[in-house]
Amino acid sequence: MTDTQVREPVPAPDVAPPDDGGRGGDGDGRGPGGGAEPPALGLRGGLRFVWTQLTSMRTALVLLFSLAVAAVPGSLIPQTSISPVRVTEFLREHRTLGPVYDRVGLFHVYTSAWFSAIYLLLFVSLVGCIIPRVATYARAVRARPPRTPRNLVRLPAYSRAELSPGDAAPVLEPTALLDRAATSLRRAHYRVDVRDGSVAAERGYLREAGNLVFHISLLFVLLGIGVASLYGFRGSSVVVVGQGFANNLTQYDDFTAGAAFADTDLTPFSLTLQKFDVAFETGAVQRGAARLFKAQVQVTDSPGSAPREATLEVNKPIEIGGTKVHLIGHGYAPRVTVTDGKGDVAFSGPVVFLPQDGNFTSAGAIDAPDARPERLGFQGFFLPTAVTNGSDAPSSAFPDAINPALFLNAWTGPPKVETGLPENVYSLDTAGMTEVKAASGQPYRIGLQPGQTVTLPGGQGTIRMDGWDRWVKLQVSDSPGVPIALVALACAVLGLCLSLFVRPRRVWVRLTADGRAVEVGGLDRADARGGLSDDVAELAAELAARPGSPGRPASPDLAPDESSADLAPAAETAAPGPTSTPRKQ
Amino acid sequence: MSYEYLSNVAFVTSVVVYALAMFAHAGEWAAARGVGAVEPVQERELVGAGAGAGAGAGGRALRSGLPDGSSPVALTEADSQRVESSGRIGVALTLIGFLLSVGGLVLRGVAGGRAPWGNMFEFTTTAMVFVVGVHLVMVWRAGLRWLGLPVTLLAAVGNGLAVTVFYVAVAPLVPALHSVWFLIHIVAAAISGAAFNVGGLMSILYLLKKRAEDRGTVRGYLALLPTSRRIDLLTYRFHAFAFPLWTFTVAAGAIWAEYAWGRYWGWDPKEVWALVTWVIYACYLHARATAGWRGSKAAAIAILGLASFWFNFVGINLLVSGLHSYAGV
Repeated sequence: MTDTQVREPVPAPDVAPPDDGGRGGDGDGRGPGGGAEPPALGLRGGLRFVWTQLTSMRTALVLLFSLAVAAVPGSLIPQTSISPVRVTEFLREHRTLGPVYDRVGLFHVYTSAWFSAIYLLLFVSLVGCIIPRVATYARAVRARPPRTPRNLVRLPAYSRAELSPGDAAPVLEPTALLDRAATSLRRAHYRVDVRDGSVAAERGYLREAGNLVFHISLLFVLLGIGVASLYGFRGSSVVVVGQGFANNLTQYDDFTAGAAFADTDLTPFSLTLQKFDVAFETGAVQRGAARLFKAQVQVTDSPGSAPREATLEVNKPIEIGGTKVHLIGHGYAPRVTVTDGKGDVAFSGPVVFLPQDGNFTSAGAIDAPDARPERLGFQGFFLPTAVTNGSDAPSSAFPDAINPALFLNAWTGPPKVETGLPENVYSLDTAGMTEVKAASGQPYRIGLQPGQTVTLPGGQGTIRMDGWDRWVKLQVSDSPGVPIALVALACAVLGLCLSLFVRPRRVWVRLTADGRAVEVGGLDRADARGGLSDDVAELAAELAARPGSPGRPASPDLAPDESSADLAPAAETAAPGPTSTPRKQ
Repeated sequence: MSYEYLSNVAFVTSVVVYALAMFAHAGEWAAARGVGAVEPVQERELVGAGAGAGAGAGGRALRSGLPDGSSPVALTEADSQRVESSGRIGVALTLIGFLLSVGGLVLRGVAGGRAPWGNMFEFTTTAMVFVVGVHLVMVWRAGLRWLGLPVTLLAAVGNGLAVTVFYVAVAPLVPALHSVWFLIHIVAAAISGAAFNVGGLMSILYLLKKRAEDRGTVRGYLALLPTSRRIDLLTYRFHAFAFPLWTFTVAAGAIWAEYAWGRYWGWDPKEVWALVTWVIYACYLHARATAGWRGSKAAAIAILGLASFWFNFVGINLLVSGLHSYAGV
């Protein structure tokens, strides 16, 4: 569709002879309104009318605009696929507007029916446009250059050169001259046809080819994306340093897969996170900005195979049997030991806390359901660099663990029956539990640094902070079909370049009726081409020069540089406006 | 006197010099205010002749335009001198500003020990280097001096915003930017952005000139501009250059996103607006091939595309939180 070229240049009625070697065809030869036979006429006519409308350039333009407009709200309104938390927030803040947005799909714009409809219609329109053009192009590629117009002088560029000054007899046989013209044009990569005492030449066939390649490539991009979303999967898992991950569904924290994906498609690898190095900017400029994330992992490609070491960094995912593992997040997991009222250890180990801000103030919950006589639960914050400002609540001042501290509130409750229902491990379900209070009646606040232990009032238990670990969030994914899309994109860019930079041109050479002069006419079939008149004049001069004389080795292909192109004579700028376009208007 | 300090001095100076260049070019426009509406009659004839024998001699004379200063339109000797000298001063100042910006950018790179494309400040100054560089080449090779006023205005505003609003001190890159795609994606974005900017400026001039032509009121500096048809052609060339490069930029961004964030396309606001910009420019190219849409409507679409490009760059970075936010600004 991206096409600025004049498909069927008809600058003057007699330029395109009636028999033009099959070029043009009926698909695009019609000028604006050429295809506008009266609509209606039954179902068939109606369908045909709809199809004509859908595949018209105007519709394509409207659809493109609609696509641009439809894509915008998704960038301004929170999207479920990107940040479900912000969507919930938005719904809470906008009581009336929120549900309306939800109903019309503004929280999932890019999978909404209307967005899909626009791009699918666009692609239907695209296909409807391409198919006839491929056929037309296939004919055009095999066709001979169009016949020489009767009246070369009416072409946008025309030059005439006297063969023999004065009354001297012609120095060159007409056929020899036409042969020279043909040779010269062939050297300039024209397709040349000598017939009826004239030379017709055309070049720039690659423009339309590039244009078609571009548009067809877009279809393949869509195909690749389609395959990826059908057969691909993506999941993530939080892994604490020292722990491992095995690639099966139970180990994922979240997992999405295409309709055609089967669980058995998961590569049976496993890995252990041995070390995770982090560095943050400590200088004055951009203090706290991330500088290094580097994870050392031990990968076992399949059960029983020898483990291998690998390094996982941002921008450097590791690939295991076609599955990619990315490092997409990190955080802190305080290590705690909880003893219950009877003095037994009810829980011990690292607990993953989720970062809430750029300084890694992390929220989380510690659940000790096995504590007796009462089960125990804790909820609060981990601060990697805790600072206290007077009466304010402590906060974290730096993302690295310089002064780590854990601030918790405690709950107790009667033992609970295991239900097997999934629970949120990042927040405590306090239903049926009572908050532990200090003597003052205020909630009992626990502040811990590594190595410290706090005993709950009333001998209900103790909690000790043993230390802290880092955790990483690993994304495991496979996107089959994306290579198709990438190759198609490369082809698209290449085709685009051809369709924008190849400059098709037609040149005709003929002797005047009296054989005393040579006429050269030229026609650019694309906008944005400079130097047509110069080239045509040069060719005429070259042909008129006596053979062997040191005429300029000019060929029409030696396009003049930009400067002369931009100061090119009026003929070029006043070239005929495109009189018809590839698509029916 | 650190490299960073010198770099900042160079950029601030470049803003001043660009502003002076802008005044010189404004003087050039002002000096031409006496040019009467001589041209449009011939101009129309020329466009009207369109299809065929338009290569008349009358048309040729008009084409010479500014570069050699011998414009055929009515200007007194003194005014003609003033147009010429102001223009030359403008170009000279633009060149100085350009050299200062290049120096500032190089020093910034030396100071950071890395390619200077890590934040809005660095991207803006880089893009402005490309804009002005392209402009200067076109002035030298193709006599595009008539674009001097809008280009120096853009460069002064661009670098001015960079040193005042977008400025951040030199700092290393966050890990997400540690990639070879950092160079590829950002340079491609800066170059195509520069071409879109020049194209957009030309589209504005096109609309001005076209309106004057249609009303038959081509006078003043507008009379010294090429015909609207000619501007349209140049505008198209810039966009035709920029569009494939922008396509590549978006594709390279998608590939990089896969390495850095684990997905090719995530509808991040920046990605959405890159696509919106792409689609608008696709509209522009299609509009130019559609009857009833070429000319003014296509130019308006190009300007809309530029607005989208700028919103993506400034608006999205400053107003919307997304993955493309780095280093404060």
